[in-house]
This record gives sequence, C-alpha cells and structure tokens, in this order.
Amino acid sequence: MKILVVDDEADVQPLFLQHFRKELRRHDFEFDFALSGEEALEYLKGKASEVVLILSDINMPGMSGIELLSKIRHDFNGPQPVVMMITAYGDDENYKQSMENGANDFLTKPLDFNVLKEKLKKIMDNG
Amino acid sequence: MNFDYILLIIVFSYLRKKLQSKILLPQIDKYLFMGFWLSIALLITQVIVDSRKGITAWIAHVLLFAVIYFCLTLKEFKSLKSFIYSMLPFVVVNFIEDFTELISSSFHKEWDNYFDTAIVFSIIWFFAMFFITRKQRKDMEREQLKAVELEKEFQQSEILKAKLEIQVAERTAEILGQKEELQKALDELKTTQNQLIQSEKMASLGELTAGIAHEIQNPLNFVNNFSEVSVELLDEMNEEIVKGDFEEVKNIASDIKKNLEKINYHGKRADSIVKGMLQHSRTGNTTKEATDINKLADEYLRLAYHGLRAKDKSFNADLVVDFDENLPKINVFTQEIGRVLLNLFTNAFYATHQMQKKSDEAYKPMVSVKTVLKENGIEITVRDNGIGIPEAIKDKVMQPFFTTKPTGEGTGLGLSLSYDIVVKGHGGTIAIDSKENDHTVFTILLPIE
Repeated sequence: MKILVVDDEADVQPLFLQHFRKELRRHDFEFDFALSGEEALEYLKGKASEVVLILSDINMPGMSGIELLSKIRHDFNGPQPVVMMITAYGDDENYKQSMENGANDFLTKPLDFNVLKEKLKKIMDNG
Repeated sequence: MNFDYILLIIVFSYLRKKLQSKILLPQIDKYLFMGFWLSIALLITQVIVDSRKGITAWIAHVLLFAVIYFCLTLKEFKSLKSFIYSMLPFVVVNFIEDFTELISSSFHKEWDNYFDTAIVFSIIWFFAMFFITRKQRKDMEREQLKAVELEKEFQQSEILKAKLEIQVAERTAEILGQKEELQKALDELKTTQNQLIQSEKMASLGELTAGIAHEIQNPLNFVNNFSEVSVELLDEMNEEIVKGDFEEVKNIASDIKKNLEKINYHGKRADSIVKGMLQHSRTGNTTKEATDINKLADEYLRLAYHGLRAKDKSFNADLVVDFDENLPKINVFTQEIGRVLLNLFTNAFYATHQMQKKSDEAYKPMVSVKTVLKENGIEITVRDNGIGIPEAIKDKVMQPFFTTKPTGEGTGLGLSLSYDIVVKGHGGTIAIDSKENDHTVFTILLPIE
C-alpha cells in the first residue's frame, strides 16, 4: 500500500520510516514524501492511481493541507485516495473544514504512531 | 515826613507776615509785635504833637537801623534781605537829612530840595525794589510750586514703580509656578511614554505568544516522537541481537544515534525560541551583539505568521524569503532589530489579511523578506501584497499613536518605535513605498560599523 506523507518538516520522514520499520521490511507499506502541497500535487499527477492513502499536514507555507485536500477531491477523476489530515492546531475550525472538504480522518500532532498504525492496518485490511 | 512811621508799620507787619513768626519764631515775634505797636504809637504821637523833627523821628531812625541790622545779621531774616535792601536808601537818606538838619539847619535849608528829591527817589526805589522782589519771589514760589508738583509726580511714579515691581514679582512667581507645573506634566508624560513603550512590547509579546507556542510545539513534538521511536528501536535491536542479524543491529544503532542527534537539535531549537521570547520582553540590552540578520528575519517572519494564524486559523500566506548568503554578522541591538522586524511582518500579515477579507478566492496573501549586502550596509526589504497605505496617511504612519487599527488592536507605537530603533539607535534608514490595494514595501538599511 502506497502512502504519501505531506509535511513541510523534513524530520517527519525518518519518524515514519522508523516507526513502520517492520511493515516496510515486510513490504506491507510503502512511503513517499512531499514537503509541500504543490509538491504533493506534482507527485500525484503521475502516480495518482498508485497512491492509496495520503497523510497531510494542514499548516504549511504556501498551499495549505485543506487546499490540497480540496484539489484532490475536485480535480481527480480516478479512484479517490483515503486522505487523513494532521495538524498541530487541534481545533474545531480545521476539523470542520477538513471534514467539509472530504477528509476521511483527522489526526493531531504530536502523532500517536500506535493509533495511526491501527488505522492504517484497518484500511489495508478493508482494501 | 510821616513816611518813617508808616514804613515801620509796614516793615513790622511785613516781617511778621512773611516769616510767619507768630508760629515759627515766637521769640522774635514778640519783639516784632512790640515794634509794630510802637510804630503805631509813634505815628499817632507824631500826628497829635506834630513836632516835625522831634524825638519820635529819632526813635523811628533807631528802630529802622535796628531792624536793618538784625535783618542783615540774623540768619532767620535771610530770606528778607532783598526787602531790607529796598528800603535801605530811604532810611539812610532820611537819616542824613535829619542829621544834617540837626547839625546845620542852614546847610539843610540850602540843600533841602536835593534832600527831598533824594527821599522821593529813595521812596520810588523802595517801591520799585519792593515790586521787583515781590515779582521775583512770586516767580520763585511758582518755581517751587512746580518743583513740588514735580516731586509729587516723581513720588507718584515711584509708587507706580513699586506697584509694578510687585506685579512683576507676582507674575514672575506665577510663571515660575506654571513652569514647575509644566515640568511636572512633562515628567509625567515621560513616565507615561515609557509605560506605553513597555505596553507596546507586551502587546507585541502577546502577538508573539501564539507564534511562539506553535514554534515550540513543533520541536517538542519531534523530541517526543524521536525519543518514543528510539525506545521501540532499542527493543527491535535486542530482537535482532537474539536473532544474530548484526547487520540490522548496526543499522538500528545508526538510526538511534541519528534520532538522538535530532532530539538534541529540536531541543536546542525550542531553547532558542524561549530565549528569544525572554529577550523580547526584557527592558533592553545595552550592548550591540554580532547578529545574523537572515536568521533573525526568518525567525520573526515565522513567529509573526503563526501569531496571526493563532487568531484566524483559516489564514494562509506565502512566505517568500530571499536571503543574501554572503551577509556578514553585524553589530546591532539584536532584540530591538527583532522587534522592528516583528512589527513589519505583523503589519504585513495584517495588511494581507485585511486584503483577503475583501478579495475573491483568487487572492493569495504573500509576505516576502529579502536581504542584500550593499556597499554601505545591509538592506532588508519586507514586502506584502496587502491593502497598502493610502497616500493621505503615508506621512503619518511613523508618528507615535497613529494607527489605522480599531481601538484596542494597535497602540500606534509600532512603527514609531521601529523608526526610533533603526534611525536613532542604529544610524540607519527606513523607507516606505506603497500603493493602495496593491502592495507595501518597507526598506531598512542598517549600516555596517
């Protein structure tokens, strides 16, 4: 299962790779990373069909996570990926906007990787 | 000749009157009074007895000479000398006539006409002198009166002067009092100004808080996440050791090492943010420090951005940085310049936020900061595509207490303080370029010392 993580902080990348070390070795998951909404859209242009799940930060310079979500939901014709929003601002407004724009789930920083792992496994089993 | 006696009467009464002897010289008055009545007695005797050259005439002569003598010798009569001179010729001529008549009647008879003429002349002389001196005296009196008048005027002007001096003293005291009051008011204003500057710092600290919270939250999340994952990695490492896959053990160990480094890095990041915040709230540092303007600008750009985002979470802006990598560290009051940058960024975000409120979705807020090393210093340019500054108020934005923000949202001191810090504190310049509803550009030049 291919997962795209969108976050302007590069240090989230080793976190994902280390937390999902076993899964990665078993090739359960495959991670790709984008440092901005724009980069994520560029990435998706070629591999939209491959990506099953997108984890996106909301608060990023330039295109925000909400805009990215809205673009994915409106501009993509093929099978829609699961989109989970992550934000440091665990507030109602961002949650509301995420849900209005078609997010599947909403996570707050700091990420609880065990909870995330459970959620990913559930999605994988369903898929 | 009866004129002798009349003259005596005139002389005595004149002397008494002129000297006011009754009051001023009672001692002399006594004699004058007696002389006066004696003269009348002589006149009456003369009229009744009619002895032409009898004893009465000689008494009159003696009296007249006595009067003349006293008048010329006693200082009390000094003022009447002219009167005495006027009658002197008559007295002398009259005496000579009587005397010659007594010695040689024939000689007297022979020269009688001349004596009579001399007496007439002496009487004319007496009256002429009398009137002349009288006139002189009147003139003198008039002069004296004038002098008295002048003296009066002088005294009045002295009184006026004294009054004026009192008034001047009163006014001076009044003005001094006012000066003291003004000084007091000025001192109070200075105190208030200091308090306002402090409250402006606190207000900007308030704006910072949200930004700081976000900025600290991020590194803290990393510290937590990396330490958690490292614990998991150690468990996995143990498993690999048991399995004997030492290659994998090495990989995990290398990851853990990297994680510890990251924990350290993010810990320091949070540390520097807290230190910056403490610095910002401090009253002011006294020495300039070598400062990396790029780092400072970057830090405060993010803080300002998150500060606004804390108020309006839906706000998003493009942050464009264009830093000159060759910028040397320059000696500035770091936190003061930080405050200037924070103020400019906060204003820039505020302007784009306002612009976004009245624009359609196509509008993208953008705030950029650019640094360039120039010949005469470091140039920092802060640009936004917000609502801009109307031409009418462009001159006022640097004035203290001028603000376009609603009451309670801005102190109106931000730019005025920035101006003071850049221009007065660092000898730099600050320039504004703006177009309403299009852009605002602030350009700061900090000289390299």
